[in-house]
Amino acid sequence: MTESAIPLGPGVLGRGFGRALPILTVLLAIVVIWYLAAVWMNAPWVRDQAARADAVLTASDLIRQTLTLERPVLPAPHQVAAGLWDGIAGQSITSKRSLVWHGWVTLSATLAGFAIGTVAGIGLAVGIVHNRAMDQSVMPWAVASQTVPILAIAPMVIVVFASMGVTGLLPKAIIAAWLSFFPVLVGMVKGFRTPDAMQLDLMHSWNASRAQQFWRLRLPSSLPYLFASLKVAIAAALVGTIVGELPAGATAGLGARLLSGSYYGQTVQIWSALFAAAILAAVLVMLIGALERLTLRRMGLAR
Amino acid sequence: MSALPVIAVWLGALALNTWLSRFDTRATRLAVALIFGATILILWEMIVRIYAIPPVILPAPSQIGASFAANTAILWTDFVQTIVKGALTAWLIGALAAVLTAIAIDRSPFLQRGLLPIGNFVAALPIVGIAPILVMWFGFDWQSKAAVVVVMVFFPILVNMVAGLAATDPMQRDLMATWAAPYWASLWKLRLPAAMPFLFNGLKITTTLALIGAIVAEFFGSPTKGMGFRISTAVGRLDLPLVWAEILVAAIAGSLFYGIVALIEKKVTFWHPSQRPQRG
Repeated sequence: MTESAIPLGPGVLGRGFGRALPILTVLLAIVVIWYLAAVWMNAPWVRDQAARADAVLTASDLIRQTLTLERPVLPAPHQVAAGLWDGIAGQSITSKRSLVWHGWVTLSATLAGFAIGTVAGIGLAVGIVHNRAMDQSVMPWAVASQTVPILAIAPMVIVVFASMGVTGLLPKAIIAAWLSFFPVLVGMVKGFRTPDAMQLDLMHSWNASRAQQFWRLRLPSSLPYLFASLKVAIAAALVGTIVGELPAGATAGLGARLLSGSYYGQTVQIWSALFAAAILAAVLVMLIGALERLTLRRMGLAR
Repeated sequence: MSALPVIAVWLGALALNTWLSRFDTRATRLAVALIFGATILILWEMIVRIYAIPPVILPAPSQIGASFAANTAILWTDFVQTIVKGALTAWLIGALAAVLTAIAIDRSPFLQRGLLPIGNFVAALPIVGIAPILVMWFGFDWQSKAAVVVVMVFFPILVNMVAGLAATDPMQRDLMATWAAPYWASLWKLRLPAAMPFLFNGLKITTTLALIGAIVAEFFGSPTKGMGFRISTAVGRLDLPLVWAEILVAAIAGSLFYGIVALIEKKVTFWHPSQRPQRG
């Protein structure tokens, strides 16, 4: 990475600023482009309205109106921000219009699925590392299954469970678990195998049992791999939950917000749900990143 | 008592695989994997038949096969609509755009430092969520699906490609400089080849993403063909064997797509350590 290229000099604040400046510039550019695109994409509608009303539009009128439409083709950033703020802070948390409530529905299913998928993935990885028959049987299929668009069957899983009378959190959690399972499995098998022959020989010469070998050598050395795959897994779990909320009938969750917004042409609602999902994903990945740094530092593995 | 044959098959296959896995040659490794797959299919078929599970919940593999054989025409039109038109063309466009963007921002460290964290961040976001917006903008036909796929594959490839272009070490770049190689020569002869393993890593990750994007985008509106459309309508009619046949098509297409990219990778990056034949 480029971090090492930055010389120690103007202190922590200056360095943080030096790193943030390019990001802020790019973000600013994105916002500017977004505003221009909003004006450009909403302009035909505004012109059309003005032509019907026989009104003459000045340039400033045009811009003001394109940025304040009720149902714009592309809502302007401030409209999305307002929609997001209204969804998060403007509603009581129990209200069906509150993004906090919908976000919680999505988050709970995501976390449940993530927990199931992670535990199952680590468990199977332990089995694969210790049993050659399991390794040769399961691993090729686990790797091959990564290439199959599993997510596409998510709505089917929901409908099948609904036909058996199971609704709510569980079916979505199963999709999320299924999606987070494979990254964890593949990553952990790799991680448990990182100790090289020398280290394993050393454990052997200390007469370590297989359990001791696992707890004292394989598990600690697999942790960097664990966290890398956990980050992938939680993002996958969130996507799985959101897609699981898409089929008709789902009324709660960020995915349902997306779908109802698309049915009724409420673009601001779609964009706020999208940003709520993005914020949720970012927070979850960052939490795991923080956990990773904390654990690796405690173990002396921090880079 | 009806569980007995299921357990018998399971234990038999397990014993066979345990025995076979001790040899650990190429042939037995393949055999073990195939036996495991076949065992799962047989157990699935047996469980569905013995416990008389209704096809609405879980159709037997034989029913799925029959549905696949009976609906090849439908499956083919869906395949062309979703995978060839929606996923494949868009994957190519997205990959090309990402590679060109990576080369463009490569010359500016400022842009790199600004775009990379954002690209990494966006790559982790639930991008499928933009599907309803893009369906609204580009209409119901394959163009909107292609747009979703382009956005989905762009960022992972961009991030990988930028990392790949930075993968040459100073010694190699110095060597190019001592030969007075202009920017383009050093890009073409040194840095692009060095970036290939990274690029293919991104390309392989995004094959699955492309299929997912194309199928999921159809849930938000589509013409009366396409895999996502077929899955959602067949679920509505509780024609689960057809749904599973579509999933089978998606699985085959996904594996083929990945396999072809991996094959090209092997041809292009034959020099890379990970592609050398394993010995010992």
